Amino acid sequence: MFVAGIDIGSRGSKAVIMEDNNILSYSICDTGPESVKTAQMTIAEALKGTGLSLDDLGYVVATGYGRVLVPFANTNISEISCHARGAHWYFPSVRTILDMGGQDCKAINCDDRGRVTNFIMNDKCAGGTGRFLEMIADVLQVPLEEIGPLSLESTHDIPFSTVCAVFAKSEALALLKTGAAKSDILAGLHDAIAVRCHNLLKRVSIEKDFTITGGISKNPGMVDKIRRRVGMEPVLAPDPQIIGALGAALFARERAEAREAQIAG
Amino acid sequence: MRANYGYADATGEYYITIDTDRCDGCGECITACPEDMFELIEDDFGKLVAAVREEVRLKVGIQCPGFHAACYKNEVNCHAACKNEAISHSW
Repeated sequence: MFVAGIDIGSRGSKAVIMEDNNILSYSICDTGPESVKTAQMTIAEALKGTGLSLDDLGYVVATGYGRVLVPFANTNISEISCHARGAHWYFPSVRTILDMGGQDCKAINCDDRGRVTNFIMNDKCAGGTGRFLEMIADVLQVPLEEIGPLSLESTHDIPFSTVCAVFAKSEALALLKTGAAKSDILAGLHDAIAVRCHNLLKRVSIEKDFTITGGISKNPGMVDKIRRRVGMEPVLAPDPQIIGALGAALFARERAEAREAQIAG
Repeated sequence: MRANYGYADATGEYYITIDTDRCDGCGECITACPEDMFELIEDDFGKLVAAVREEVRLKVGIQCPGFHAACYKNEVNCHAACKNEAISHSW
């Protein structure tokens, strides 16, 4: 049977199509202003090349920020449960998950079955989110995908006195004017975000194994700073950005099986 | 599951934690809270549990006086109302 999980995030939308216990295909698209259109586009992208249509999907679970606005979903489940389930599928040993999204950041503990035991979310402040990194990339005029690698070239990190997105922007601009290297500025900013994430992780508990999910986990500079601050080597999925959608697909399979059992029984 | 609602800012850490394994969804905290912090939600597995209302999650530290202040005021509060001791505060 084919099932799908779709994760409508604040910045990116992801869909994963599964056949039994295998990932058949997945897609990552930008979240547009209209959630319904975004959902349709994202699932169409994932279906492309599989020879399947929406009707072939036995069950669809939606998650993420825009999960209530997915018209073709059978049900919706919070992204916290989905990230835990998805991370557990890749790494059954995972107990601590840091999800770094476009507009929020979450720390999650899960048990040996991928169930959430503890979670915390920061969506009050922009410091430490993908949006913040986008803004900094813009200020420094460096393409977003290059800020991580560039930060790794830093010879001496410039410590930032704030992770407040508003103040950090002016601090970065002031540093640029004094001739500071972009790599050093970026390294300092990445470290400031890592400190914030570490504080969030400390509110739950930091246990082995540790993984990072969400779009920012594709930034090697960020992963490096978090590794240093947390003092633990994170295990990373091949594409950590789709973990939420993967978890949703796993829930979809479970719900579809339960539904079949109910019909048969 | 321990669900932490709230945030940390320059003035401190403001989290209300609800242990959903302990919470039986009785809703006593909703009526007890003078600041109207709580609501009942259905979790991902269909269980009815207490949660901090979405509208007040980003102002938890302003809206709720915190455990010690609430006790000092001698008002009925969530801690007193919750027979399963499922609710805790970080401040």
